[in-house]
Amino acid sequence: MSTTTGLGELVRLALRRDRVRLPGWIGSIVAATAGTAASFPTTYPDAQARLGALMTIDNPGTTALVGPLYGEGDYTYGIMVGHQLLGMVAVVAALMSIFTVVRHTRAEEESGRAELVRAAPVGRTAPALAALVVAVGANLVLAAGLTLALGGLGIETVTWRGSALFGAAVGAVGLVLAGVASVTAQLTEHARAASSMAGLVLAAAFVVRATGDVSVEGLSWASPIGWAQATEPFYADDGAPLALALGLAVVLLAGAVVLGRRRDLGSGLLTARPGPARAGSALSGPFGLAWRTSRGSLVGWTLGVFFFGLFYGPILSESSTFLDNVPVLEEFVPDVEASVAELFAAMIIGVVAIICAIPALQTVLRLRTEETSGRAGPLLATALSRTRWALANHVLALLAGAVVLTAGGLGLGLGAAWSMDEPSWVGTATGAALAYLPAVAVVVGLGALLHGWVPRAVGAAWLPVVVGFFFSYFGELLDLPQAVLDVSPFTHVSQQPAVAFEAAPLAWLSLVALLAIGLGLVGLRRRDLLDA
Amino acid sequence: MTRAVEVRDLVKTFGRTRAVDGADLDVAPGEIHGFLGPNGAGKSTTIRVLLGLLRADSGTVRVLGADAWHDAVALHRRLAYVPGDVSLWPNLTGGEAIDLLSRLRGGVDRTRRDELVERFALDPSKKCRTYSKGNRQKVALVAALAADVELLVLDEPTSGLDPLMEAVFAELVTEAGAAGRAVLLSSHTLAQVEKLCDRISIIRDGVVVESGTLAAMRHLTRTSLDAVTASPVDLTPLPGVHDVTVDGERVRCSVDTEHLDAVVGALHAAGLRSLVAQPPTLEELFLRHYATAEARS
Repeated sequence: MSTTTGLGELVRLALRRDRVRLPGWIGSIVAATAGTAASFPTTYPDAQARLGALMTIDNPGTTALVGPLYGEGDYTYGIMVGHQLLGMVAVVAALMSIFTVVRHTRAEEESGRAELVRAAPVGRTAPALAALVVAVGANLVLAAGLTLALGGLGIETVTWRGSALFGAAVGAVGLVLAGVASVTAQLTEHARAASSMAGLVLAAAFVVRATGDVSVEGLSWASPIGWAQATEPFYADDGAPLALALGLAVVLLAGAVVLGRRRDLGSGLLTARPGPARAGSALSGPFGLAWRTSRGSLVGWTLGVFFFGLFYGPILSESSTFLDNVPVLEEFVPDVEASVAELFAAMIIGVVAIICAIPALQTVLRLRTEETSGRAGPLLATALSRTRWALANHVLALLAGAVVLTAGGLGLGLGAAWSMDEPSWVGTATGAALAYLPAVAVVVGLGALLHGWVPRAVGAAWLPVVVGFFFSYFGELLDLPQAVLDVSPFTHVSQQPAVAFEAAPLAWLSLVALLAIGLGLVGLRRRDLLDA
Repeated sequence: MTRAVEVRDLVKTFGRTRAVDGADLDVAPGEIHGFLGPNGAGKSTTIRVLLGLLRADSGTVRVLGADAWHDAVALHRRLAYVPGDVSLWPNLTGGEAIDLLSRLRGGVDRTRRDELVERFALDPSKKCRTYSKGNRQKVALVAALAADVELLVLDEPTSGLDPLMEAVFAELVTEAGAAGRAVLLSSHTLAQVEKLCDRISIIRDGVVVESGTLAAMRHLTRTSLDAVTASPVDLTPLPGVHDVTVDGERVRCSVDTEHLDAVVGALHAAGLRSLVAQPPTLEELFLRHYATAEARS
C-alpha cells in the first residue's frame, strides 16, 4: 500500500462535500469581477471621465488599498481592471484557498472524522494531498473562469491576453495561500487556529504590499500579492513574476507534506499553550462572558472599519474633481447645499454605519448560538436570570456599535484631515458616524425582539442591514419614494456633514430600539429555552 | 418537610409530540433518586422543566418547595445541574468555565473546587475546545459538586467518563447523600443506579410507570431459583411458578415473590442438595418494562 492509496476516493469525497461551497466561491468571485469590469465603460463613458477617475484614485490611500497605479497616463478600462480589482480579487481567492485547505485537513482531524478515514485502507499522505488537489483545482477553475468572463466582455483594452494573466495572477496568489494553509494546518491542533495563522500571513502580505507601494521602494516584491500586481495585466502583460508565486507554492506544499510525515494524527507541531487555571475577576458575570466570547471578533471589526475609513479619507479631497468627471455619480448625491467633500463624507459614513451594525447584531445573535449549542442550559441553571443574561449581550452589542462607529468616523476623519490639512475633519466625521448609533440600536433591538419571541427566525434581523446596503447604493439611483426608504432605520439619520444635525429622529429611533429590547426581554422570560 | 422535587401530572408537548404526558415524580430531602427510562422517554424534558428552562404545559412542578418556573433564579442558588452532553466555551479554559459557573451560582469554594479538580484528575488550564467529552463532563461535575446546594440534578452525568472516574463520581454522590443533599440522578448505567440510589423512578413514553425502592420493586417481581434435589420434583402445578426447566435432578424456574415459601417447601420436601436464589437485577426489571412496551406497540 502506497502512502497515496485512496487519493481518488478522498478527492471525490471532498468535491462531494464542497459541491455547493466551491462553485459558490468561484461563481461569486468571477461574477463580481466581471460585473465590476463591465460597469466601467458605463461609469466612465469617455477619456475625460477616465482621466477624472485617474486623478481621484492617484493618492496614497487608494494605492495602499488596491495597489500601485501603472500605465502611462491613459487609465484604460483594462488598467482599471488590473489596478482596482486584481489585489482585492486575489485576497478573496486566497481566503477561498485557506478555508478549503483547512476544512479538508485540520478540521477533519479535529472533528475525529480523519481517524475513521485513516483507519480505512488509505495512505498516510492521501488526505492532505486530496485537500491540495481540490484547492489547486479550485484555483485553476477560478483562473480559467476569470479569463473567460473578462475576455468575453469584449471591452476595448480588456484583452484576452490580459484576462488570462489576470486569472493566472489571482490563481497564483490562491495557490501560495493554499500552501501556507497546508503548512499552518500541520502546526496547530485546531482548525480555527490554522485558518487564523494563514489569515495572518495573508494580512502580512497585504500590509507589506501596501507599505511597499506607498513608501518603501521594492518592499512589494516581498509579497505574493505584489508579485501578482507586478504582472501589470492589460498593460505590460508580464507573466514572469508569477514564477516566484508558483515556486513558493511548490516549496510550501512540499514542506507541508514533509511536516505531515513527522507528526501523529490529530497532533500539531506546536502544542497548545495552557491558559489560566482560574478565572480572572473580569469573568464573573454574563457581561464578562459575552466579552470573552466576542472580544476577538470585535477588535477585528474595530480595526477593519478604522482602516476602511482611513483609506477613504484621502479620496474626499479628490472627490470634487472626481464628481466633475463622472456624471453618473451625481445620481448618488442628494441635491443640497454642501461641499462635494462633505457629500462624499456623508455617503461613506452612511455605509460605515451599516457595516457597524454587523458586529453589533452578531453579538445579539450569539445568544441563539449559546442556546442551540447547549451552553445556555447550564448557564441559566445557575442563579443567572434570563433577563440579565440577554441584557448583558444587548449592552455589549450597543457598546460594540458605538466603538466601531467611532473607529470608522475617526479613521475617515484622520484620513481626510491628513490629506486636506483640515484637523476639524476628525471631530466632524466622528460625530457624524456616532449619530448613527440609534439606527444601529434599532437593528440590535430587532435582533433582541426576534430572539425573545421567535428565536428560530432571529436571522430576519439581518434584513435592515441588507436593505440598508441596497438603499445606500441604489436608493437615489432608482429614485425610490421616501416611504420605501423609510423602512430602513439608517435613512432616518440626518446625513452629516452634508446636512445639518437633527436630534428628533435620533430620539425616536432610540426609543424604538429600547422598546424593542424591552419587549424582547419580556418574550424571552416567557418562552422555552431552545433545545441543544 | 418539603420534598426536594415534587412533580404532579406534568404535561409538556412540542408541537404534536407529547414528550411528557402526565408524569409524577417525588424526591425526598437527602434522598438519592434514580431516574431511569429509555432514550426519548421524557427524562431530559422533565429535568429541563425542573430547571425552569422549559415551561410546563400543565401540572405542578415544585423544587425545594418553590415553583420551578416562577422562582427559577432563587431556586438555582440552591441546586446544581450537570447535563449529559456538556458544551463549553471553546476559548475559555476548563478552570475559567468552572469558576464562571460557580460565581454565577453564588461563589467559589476554592478548597473544595481544587480538591474536586484533583480527584477527577482534570487539567483546568486547558482550553475547553481541546477537551474530550469525558473532560467536558468533568468540568460540569466539578462546578456542580463544588457548590454548597440542597439538590443536585444530574442528567446522565457519567456518559464519557472512564470506569475509574465513574468510581470517583459514585463516591462523591454517596458523600453528597451523606451530607444531606438530595440527588436526582438520571443514568443508563444501571449498576451505578443500583448501587447509589435509595429510590428509583422509571419513565416510559412520558409517564412514570414505576417508582419506589429497589427492594420494593423486586418484591413485586420474581426471584429465579436454581436447585438440585435428591429426587426429581415437578414444580409446574404450584401457583406463581414460571419458566420451569428440568434437567435430571436439577430444576430452574422463576417464582413470584409471594409464593416463594411454598416453592422452597416443595424443594425441601424433595431433599434439597443445593439452592441458588437470585433476586432480579435492576437490568431485568428495566428490560421487563421495555419488553412489555415492545409487546404492546
